[in-house]
Parts: sequence; C-alpha cells; structure tokens
Amino acid sequence: MANVKVLVAKPGLDGHDRGAKVVARALRDAGFEVIYTGIRLTPEQIAEAALQDDVQVVALSLLSGAHNTLFPACVELLKAKGLEDVLVIGGGVIPDADIPGLKAAGVAEVFTPGTPTSNIVDFINANVK
Amino acid sequence: MEIVDKLLAHSRLALSKAITAVENEYDDAVKIMTEIYPHTGNAYVIGITGPPGAGKSTLTDKLAKEYRKRGKTVGIVAIDPTSPYSGGAILGDRIRMMDLMADEGIFVRSMATRGSLGGLSQKAGDAVKLMDAFGMDVVIVETVGVGQSEVDIVKTADTTMVVVIPGMGDDIQAIKAGVLEIGDLFTINKADREGTDKLNIEIEMMLELNPEHVGWRPPINRTVASKGEGIEAVVDSIEAHKAYLIDSGRLAEIRKARIKNEVTAMLNDRVNRYIDKEVVSTDAFDELVVKMQNREIEPYSVVDDIVGKVLK
Repeated sequence: MANVKVLVAKPGLDGHDRGAKVVARALRDAGFEVIYTGIRLTPEQIAEAALQDDVQVVALSLLSGAHNTLFPACVELLKAKGLEDVLVIGGGVIPDADIPGLKAAGVAEVFTPGTPTSNIVDFINANVK
Repeated sequence: MEIVDKLLAHSRLALSKAITAVENEYDDAVKIMTEIYPHTGNAYVIGITGPPGAGKSTLTDKLAKEYRKRGKTVGIVAIDPTSPYSGGAILGDRIRMMDLMADEGIFVRSMATRGSLGGLSQKAGDAVKLMDAFGMDVVIVETVGVGQSEVDIVKTADTTMVVVIPGMGDDIQAIKAGVLEIGDLFTINKADREGTDKLNIEIEMMLELNPEHVGWRPPINRTVASKGEGIEAVVDSIEAHKAYLIDSGRLAEIRKARIKNEVTAMLNDRVNRYIDKEVVSTDAFDELVVKMQNREIEPYSVVDDIVGKVLK
C-alpha cells in the first residue's frame, strides 16, 4: 500500500497560511498523506523535512513576493540532498510573468489564486513519480 | 544490500528510504530488516501517548532538545491517524518540531495509521529498529492514545509516558481511560492551567488503586511544554526509570516480552495473509459458504477441516 506523501510548507517570512491549509485539507480528502509543516520556514528546514519523511511531492505556498528566491532555493536543496525525483509545486500570489522563470528553475507547476483544488490533485496524480 | 550499508554508514537518505520500504511493504523490506536486525537493540525506546491536544508533539520536541543537550542522538516516530473516509491524512506533528531540522543528531519520521490494525505497530516497530541501527541513542514513539493499536505501539517501548492535561473531565475519566494503566511516568502538561492540583491528586489516587506498580512508583511531573518548563525533570524521571529497569533486571524481561509479541504478530500476520489468499479467496470456499447458508453443513467442522489442512 503506497500512499502519495505531500509536504505542504510555507518558506520565508509570510504568515498567511489560509491557502496552504485549504490545499492541505483538499489533498487529505483526495487520499494523500499530507505533512503540514507550518509557516516561516527556511528552504533548509523544508528540504530536510522532505528527506526525513521521504515525500514524493513538495507543495510550497508563498504570498510575500519572495518566490523567485525561495522556490528555486528549495528545489536546489532537495537536489543536493539526493531527492531529484521529488515533484515541486508552488502556489500563492505569483505574477504570471514570473511563472516561466520558476518552471525553468525546477518548479513543475504554479497554481495562482482561484485555482480549483481539484486541479492540484489532478496535477499531482498525473505527474508524481 | 546497498541501502543497508548506506544506512549503517549514516546516510539519512538511506534511513528514510528504508522506512518507506517497510511502510509501503516493498519487496525488499524483509531483506532490509533481516540485514538490519543484528545492529538493533542498542537504542532506548520511549513511548509517549495521551489524548489529542495534550501537547505530545511539543513535549517530544522539547525532550529531544534536552536529550541533545545531554549528548544523545534522538530518533522520533510521530504517528497521526488516517481519515477513515478518504484514506488521506494530515500529519501535523512535525509542525512543532521544525527547529529540530537543523540538527544532524535528530531524525523525525511522520507515519499515518493507514487503518491497518496491528500492522501499524509492526511498521512503527520496524521504523524504530531502523533508527536504532542508524545509531540513534534514544528513539521516541509518539502517538494519540485512543485505540488499541496505538496503545500496542506504545507498549513496545522501554519507558512509556502518558501525557495528560487539566480540564479534560472529572476523576471518573482518569479511572476509565485505559491508557492511564500503561504509564511508567505521567506528565501533566499545560500545568499553568487551573485544575492541575486536582488532576495530580486524581492520578495519585488511581496509582494507589493499581497493585501492579511494585518496585516502581510512576512519578508525576508537571510541564508547560510550550514554554519549556519542567522538561529537565521529565528526562530525569525517564532516566530514573531506565536505571530502575536495568538494576531490577526488568529491562531484559520487557525486551524479551517485546520480541515474543513481535514474532507472534508476525506469525499471525503471515497466517492471516495465507488464509486470505489460499482459503478465503477461493471458489471452493464460496461453495462452502453457500452450503452453510443452506444449512447443509455447519461451520465448526469446516474450520476443523481447513485448519487440519493448513497447519499440517
């Protein structure tokens, strides 16, 4: 019985966790095992938690505007720890213009406000390794 | 095996992958555990249980830090329930432990109950063994004390701590709650709240009534885990219990009983799986069921017959 494990985390200094909690709940209801890690985390904390729980997906939520720095930092640290196969997705208030850059940096998909949670579930199911 | 060699060489990734293999029952799980077994038996295992919201995760976080101060490495297995409706789970224990992530001497693993009664305690037990083989001095297993399987997990510990908080109900609650009997020590968390003295007296009275505690009287500590108050005394109590178990020879007895329980559970599991696959899932068994339904035969001789064939 192999359940998909998803780490939901908020890197950086923003405390707005409503969205992350809604997504965590939706993922649980879709049958995923969600490790919720809370707010104000460093990329190092997130990558280490992902390693210890051996998750297949890391879902990052960020509303502070620092996504261009923090999302790629998380991707790099995951790789550095040997977690090359982990699917990294992002969400939050992220301008469309930034999305191509984030994808180039290894973020598989970015979900902006208004996205139905079912889209996130479908994306994970289609892309998880 | 490469993964075992790496784990023994202190690869955190290998430890994590090995726990996943056990958790998901991958084909190589048995081989991993077989190779790891000779390297286990060195860690001291602490079980922590109590009602939801008692502050078990916060307390575990603080205990881990105190053990680190005392020069010990710490593994943590934090168990949260799976939703019976969706099969999903929110594993939220780690949220209290995020500042442990920067410490190489600590490894935290979240596990969901996945509704596998009994099976969970085996998987959690294997996760403990893997952390043990990895070289952790202390392994803490933390779980909500609500069901039999959770209690089973905690019972496999060397020292079991029950966490309670004031204001959960009257003294009848303390007597009826089955988890209270398993505590080698008690911690009243959130002890800055009203009702702490009363709860303390109630636990004392319950302990008076329990004839099993000969030689060791479970101490009752008070903590405010969120502020880090009272933590040193709890670790002192755990160490005192450990010393008692070693001096009295009880530790060897407990560990012998644990191995017996583990092997019994593994045997039951193997037999159950065999019966499910080779007996219950067959067409012949369906035919027998229909015959029983029509009262052509009765189940007792059917069981005798099957057991005779399976366990020859």
